[in-house]
Amino acid sequence: MNNLGDIGTTEEQIELMDVATNFCRDKSPIEKVRALMEDDLGYDPDVWREIGELGWLAIAIPEAHDGVGLSMAEVVPIAEQMGRNLLSTPFGSTTMAAQALLAGGSEAQQAAWLPKIAAGTAATLALREDHGDWDLGHVASSGKETADGIALSGKKQLVRWADSAELIIVSIELDGNVRFAMIERSAFPDGALRREAIIDETARSFELTLDGVTVAADALFDGNRTRETIEKIELAAGLIHAAEMTGGSQAVIDYTLEYLKTRKQFDKIIGSYQALKHPTVDNYVEYEKARTHLYSAAHSWGEQGRGEVAVRMAAAQAHSSYSRAADRSIQFHGGFGFTHDCDAQLHRRKAIFDGALIGDAAYQRSKLAGLLFD
Amino acid sequence: MAQKPDAAELKEYTEAADAWFKENTVRDPGFMLPLTFMEVSTDEQFDFLREWQRKVYEAGYLGASWPKEYGGGGLHTDFQRAATRAMKKYDAPIMLNAIGNGWAGPLILDLGSEEQKQKYIKGMLNAEDIWCQGFSEPEHGSDLGNAQLKAVKDGDEYVLNGSKIWTSLGDRAKYMILLARTDFEAENKYKGLSFFLNPMKIDGISTSRIKKLTGEYGFVQTFFTDARISADCLFGGEGNGWSMAMKTLEYERGAKVKPVGGYFVKELDVMQIVELAKNSMRNGKPLLDDPVMRDKMTQYMIDIQALNLNNTRRRMPQLMQDKPMGLPLMNKLARTELIRELTEFSLGFQGTKAGYYVGDENAVDDGYWHRSYLNSFSATIGGGTSEIQRNIVAEHALGLPKTR
Repeated sequence: MNNLGDIGTTEEQIELMDVATNFCRDKSPIEKVRALMEDDLGYDPDVWREIGELGWLAIAIPEAHDGVGLSMAEVVPIAEQMGRNLLSTPFGSTTMAAQALLAGGSEAQQAAWLPKIAAGTAATLALREDHGDWDLGHVASSGKETADGIALSGKKQLVRWADSAELIIVSIELDGNVRFAMIERSAFPDGALRREAIIDETARSFELTLDGVTVAADALFDGNRTRETIEKIELAAGLIHAAEMTGGSQAVIDYTLEYLKTRKQFDKIIGSYQALKHPTVDNYVEYEKARTHLYSAAHSWGEQGRGEVAVRMAAAQAHSSYSRAADRSIQFHGGFGFTHDCDAQLHRRKAIFDGALIGDAAYQRSKLAGLLFD
Repeated sequence: MAQKPDAAELKEYTEAADAWFKENTVRDPGFMLPLTFMEVSTDEQFDFLREWQRKVYEAGYLGASWPKEYGGGGLHTDFQRAATRAMKKYDAPIMLNAIGNGWAGPLILDLGSEEQKQKYIKGMLNAEDIWCQGFSEPEHGSDLGNAQLKAVKDGDEYVLNGSKIWTSLGDRAKYMILLARTDFEAENKYKGLSFFLNPMKIDGISTSRIKKLTGEYGFVQTFFTDARISADCLFGGEGNGWSMAMKTLEYERGAKVKPVGGYFVKELDVMQIVELAKNSMRNGKPLLDDPVMRDKMTQYMIDIQALNLNNTRRRMPQLMQDKPMGLPLMNKLARTELIRELTEFSLGFQGTKAGYYVGDENAVDDGYWHRSYLNSFSATIGGGTSEIQRNIVAEHALGLPKTR
């Protein structure tokens, strides 16, 4: 068990938590969330611009590339508050793309893109494929070296916010190895992006057709760093989504409590019935466990071994507590819970989507088992 | 408040504590040691643990952060935490005088008179004076506010009649923290209660042992028949019993901490369970190869790690802003239920051997796991059942209306 991390906070984390709490609450009231669900873009460009101006995309980027020079630990309170308020933007996907670039990109690639990202340019990752496997090393799309460069083929799925991203990082198989390639969205022909119908109506995601696109050899990441790039992407994704889901758990529990405190049945406030009260407490206990793991994961970020254990624990706990809290919230809202107007379903859908992106609680545990027992 | 130590001081103290527990911890006294202070059955267990507590106290590792003038060490709590970590590290036996050191002591230090502190604290620490708790009654388990034991004032004395139950160490204790009814006409059931620091070795108080589901003894029913105690034993003023009892429970349930040192209930070491799983077979292969078992085991590791880190997080106000009472109030519920589930889970590892119990040579680890599981209910029931704990969290941390 000496592989298990500790918990701690940084001053910057706490400051950002305060700022993010107010910002996300003010910018993302539920009426606006619901209005944006009907919007093509899916987010408010003014809010996105403000996020860029606040420097939140620069937090975990080194100062040498115009970043703030902090770490993913300081991104956590922001992602948490975004999840809590269902404030959707390309923030998460852009942050992950920057982390991928830091792990596998050449100095020139980093210099070309990190300052832009730090200043508010959206980027994303295209890693998922039709086989549905969460293993990032299981890549079916491929590249072939030609006289003009590397000719790509295949289809990527669940490419989040691809219509807004100027840079897309794609995983391909090249000469039997997994490689990452950086492609500007403008390099794709019309029709390469198809908007997907995804379960989380507050997010946007696209299928990306690679066929017919050729990239220059210098668009590839360093082939010797593929393994660590994959690891870094998995951990960054795990941490950001754990944060979003933990924030979401808090929101859905509070939403449920509000109802349990006001709704009357059989002449009593329903929150006084133990049949509703006790499972609500159990869900709350699970949420607090998730938040503890989240800040432990943030604290252990970057520590060899411990970091991965802590992040996967946080992701597993956040996914299971978010799913369960939202599931019970729908049930406890009775008939209204079965309607699209009940906010609990937004959270239930988001938990499913987040699990689909990074691997659900059972998947995280299967990875953990290897780290803990073998 | 004692001064916070600098890193060098703390390091020196920690090394000394480590060395002391390494040298002085007896792991196998030749008989089965209790897992909790509630299972002290035999004289040899009692004598051993009493001597152990005295020895730890005299070495300075118990009550290290309690005030010097009453017998404590007068040091910053960081020192005590270091000493307790050393005890865990060397798997030291539990501290016997849990009610005294864990609940009554902090209460007296917080609210007692100078005279009371002088009289009681040191005897608790050196285990000279064992304490027990008279809260529960046979007819009113979880409904503590409905306690019926009568305390009628007669001159300078109170006359006690009634009965208390689940009194851990009741047959061996010198003092009891006692919740009794002094006013049967009070406007509500809570206002008629008073709290006493009650001497046990007096006429009119008798006990009878209760055999537990584990097969062990350790607590008793206590009977009061015209027992007379001095009016000085009243604590906190007449009619304030409920408030005193609730303050005591804050310590008992871990919502408030005044760390005396050591532990009263042995915590499960999760690595022991991992070891057990590694050494167990399923379908001809190590149990840890079974994906279902691996998955469950991993979830337990996640749960245990969360609870351990919750204890640290509780001291970080920045991460406790939303529902500040949440973590302190859920602590008992979450921990005790997890231990129950985990020990039950461990029985399944043992295959055919799960049929054996303490006393049979074929029992795995001398029946430790079965005993631990059966024992775990003492914590999910005692000190307020898990169901009551859920009501407490719901009402006091989440703001849900009371269940009536």
